Amino acid sequence: MSLLSVQDLRTYFHTRNGIYRAVDGVSFELNAGETLGIVGESGSGKSVTCYSLMGLIPSPPGRIESGKAMFDGVDLLNCTPKQARSIRGKRINMIFQDPMTSLNPYMRISDQLIEPLMIHEDITKADALKQALEMLDAVGINDASSRIHYYPHEFSGGMRQRVMIAMALITKPELLIADEPTTALDVTVQAQILELIKKMQKEIGMGVIFITHDLGVVSGLCDRVQVMYGGRIVETADTRSLFYEPKHPYTRALQKSIPSMQPKGTELYTIEGLPPDLSKPLPGCSFAPRCEFANEGCTSDRKPELQDVNETHRQSCLRVQSGEL
Amino acid sequence: MPETILELQNLKTHFPIYKGVLLRREIGKVKAVDGVSLKIKQGEVLGLVGESGCGKSTLARTVMQLVHTTEGTVELEGRNLTTSSPSEMLEIRRDLQMIFQDPYASLNPRSTVFATLAEPLLVHKVCTKKEVHARVGELMETVGLAPRFMQKYPHEFSGGQRQRIAIARALALRPKVVLADEPVSALDVSIQAQILNLLAELVKKMGLSLIFIAHDLSVVKHISDRVAVMYLGKIVELGTAEQVIENPVHPYTKALVSAIPTANPDEERDRQRIVLPGDPPSPINPPSGCSFHPRCPHATDQCSITVPVLETFAEREVSCIRKAEI
Repeated sequence: MSLLSVQDLRTYFHTRNGIYRAVDGVSFELNAGETLGIVGESGSGKSVTCYSLMGLIPSPPGRIESGKAMFDGVDLLNCTPKQARSIRGKRINMIFQDPMTSLNPYMRISDQLIEPLMIHEDITKADALKQALEMLDAVGINDASSRIHYYPHEFSGGMRQRVMIAMALITKPELLIADEPTTALDVTVQAQILELIKKMQKEIGMGVIFITHDLGVVSGLCDRVQVMYGGRIVETADTRSLFYEPKHPYTRALQKSIPSMQPKGTELYTIEGLPPDLSKPLPGCSFAPRCEFANEGCTSDRKPELQDVNETHRQSCLRVQSGEL
Repeated sequence: MPETILELQNLKTHFPIYKGVLLRREIGKVKAVDGVSLKIKQGEVLGLVGESGCGKSTLARTVMQLVHTTEGTVELEGRNLTTSSPSEMLEIRRDLQMIFQDPYASLNPRSTVFATLAEPLLVHKVCTKKEVHARVGELMETVGLAPRFMQKYPHEFSGGQRQRIAIARALALRPKVVLADEPVSALDVSIQAQILNLLAELVKKMGLSLIFIAHDLSVVKHISDRVAVMYLGKIVELGTAEQVIENPVHPYTKALVSAIPTANPDEERDRQRIVLPGDPPSPINPPSGCSFHPRCPHATDQCSITVPVLETFAEREVSCIRKAEI
């Protein structure tokens, strides 16, 4: 039984310079307790996918053109504001990339932490504070009882991200969306935060969608990974097959361009060119202009669709599908 | 044997903290760089790694003399930068250039690429006004940009292309030493590889010495000949890239290396990660003795008393009093 099922999500931004197809037909499922990694470069649509689910797309210019996202019988994209409020912030929570800007600088940590509890649960302020303290302890903030009344600027980057995580987990959500939670942090602090997310996931048993551009982070954390490019999913597989048997040329190229995967002193493998301009419709595969294996068939009118490689592995390269690669 | 081109001796940069308006008094110092000695040879790439706040960017700025030096010397081919007059500094800056982290902030949004690249050439009178056009074109080709984009503004370029412009600007005067302060951390993986290749190629072709600052060890390992690891304003380990990153000795380097996630799920699952507790301490009140001891898994009582010095050990330099035991 899947916890979240997204079908054919399309989110477009209608701007003066044209329509940006930020997310263009994305479908995926997430089981309870599973960790799904979404990997892609900036502008590939990974964050917009999740913002759409949370109802955080600024409108205008953004508009969800089509799609369904079923979460426990409720379509998150077409539900009443009341239904959305009862789910968002309680059963689905989100951690953002930049802990420096995602906390309110005018509010004490304690007030920010108990806010979700006060809104969603019938609870007294004293009880909420008690739970907030326990949560701060759980995410590894020393001396939580005195620090809970601090303001955000009195915390370091790593500690603020811990506070964000505590805030997201305090309602014991069933789904946590983490949007590049460690990109702004140092490697040593990143290691702390990743361990923390793993530990809390085990305790609460929630599903996690982890958005990142770092393939290394995904490999240790996620059960399943999907790779996005130009607003579409190009490959999805369990972590092991994605890393050891990547099929799509983009996934392979992405892996080859990581410095640690290549012998020292050799020239790094590079993907030529730039990510596509999403405001201009591209015929065929959006990766074709940068792909070393592309031929005429790739730029014809046919949009590549995801096809099964095996039970857990799907990819969308036409040439791989026809057995040419 | 290539000769030493840049030498830092016991370099210190302290920023005073003041309190009060009328009775302004100094209440402490941020010891951003606290006694760094380094030698860089001609044609060498030195990687400088450490967490944010460890002083690596301040070190680069001190070498460039963008901030005032508190103590110690910076010598470029025998010329002491810390005692140079402004006119001498102008001469020296020809040989010493810097590439900054954020290509969105380091280029003037109101200058075209041509204006940006022509400025150093004209200021230093490297060529006449007539020749400038051709020289800028050459420069753009060196960094892989088409000269026909010369009259465009920075906002018309992508992040990777802007970083290429910044690199071209740094190379305009054919410097001998270039300091690159996290030149790829703001870029995507596929673009990062392009810029790293470009830097490696330029070092080889122009015989540059490069100080490459980054927090990503895998990037540093790829490009550097030698690596220096900094913690709280001091160098804790210094050696060849292979020795320091594949076989680290200092407990801090060990933790840094073990914190890098690898793109290898099987290895990742079985790996024992050293997770350092807490954040780096404040450089205002650094801990006594070894500044790493409060977070170190191997610390003893002695570590909080003795200040370790860099000593040669296992073909590198390490500053840890327990290096032989652990």
